Amino acid sequence: MPFNWFKLSSPASFYPVAGTLIPWFAWGAAILAAIGLWLGFGVAPTDFQQGEVYRIIFIHVPSAWLSMFLYVVMAFWGVLALGFGTRLSGMMAQAIAPTGALMTFIALWTGALWGRPTWGTYWAWDARMTSELILLFLYLGIIALRQAIGDPRRADRACAVLSIVGVVNIPIIYFSVKWWNTLHQGASVKLTGSSMETTMLAGMLVMSFAFWFYSIAVVLARLRAIVLERERDAAWVGALPDVRGNAGVLR
Amino acid sequence: MNHWHFIIGAYGVTLVVFVVEILAVRARRRDAAHTAAASAAPAGARPASSAEGAR
Repeated sequence: MPFNWFKLSSPASFYPVAGTLIPWFAWGAAILAAIGLWLGFGVAPTDFQQGEVYRIIFIHVPSAWLSMFLYVVMAFWGVLALGFGTRLSGMMAQAIAPTGALMTFIALWTGALWGRPTWGTYWAWDARMTSELILLFLYLGIIALRQAIGDPRRADRACAVLSIVGVVNIPIIYFSVKWWNTLHQGASVKLTGSSMETTMLAGMLVMSFAFWFYSIAVVLARLRAIVLERERDAAWVGALPDVRGNAGVLR
Repeated sequence: MNHWHFIIGAYGVTLVVFVVEILAVRARRRDAAHTAAASAAPAGARPASSAEGAR
């Protein structure tokens, strides 16, 4: 009998699945990060122009990629929340926003610390940096909008609209280095190939997977908390072993 | 031309951000489980601050 994937769109069905997936992604992230840091600091050579400071790339590029990718995923769940009105879609979008905001902050922070020794400045109002800053404001705006609306279902719809409108910023970030003359360098990694040294590229890609796995693990953990918050009056939540354990304390 | 303090600043803050996020998510889930337990507990066993008490 084929597996019914639509069954997973119910919070009650997805809650235990998320709980099973979290340790796999968390340990995967830890192992990949260890390998990526070993490649980045132990194997990859010193850059002939930038010296050691280029090693910030192993966290800057993954966090920048994740900041954009998570936004698109959040908007995707927003589309599902608007189109189908599924509760889990809104919860998923809610769970992604804080991690996306933190990835954007890390990209901006590490970029500033890379820019100072490389370009001589922490910040410039060039197209790539400014559009990435706008992405941070979009994430913060979506989080604030949700906090301002009491009804979770209305908050889901409002945040979905804002996140879908904000998607226009993602191609602007990605292509900004092509469309405008920016201080930020162009893409070193393309679908057609890379201009980077092999071990540098390998370290960066492994760290990207580590960040991706970390994001999945932490978003699923936050999703489980959100499910408990929003479904707390449902009978199935009261029957969960961890909730029953807490109820025992209250008796 | 090594600038290790910039590298330490970048990696250090990233690590702190991840640790704070993990701790915040764990605390949120613990609170959510506790609140859900208060909703699930029999009326007499619920704390006075429960929304049920206002009914």
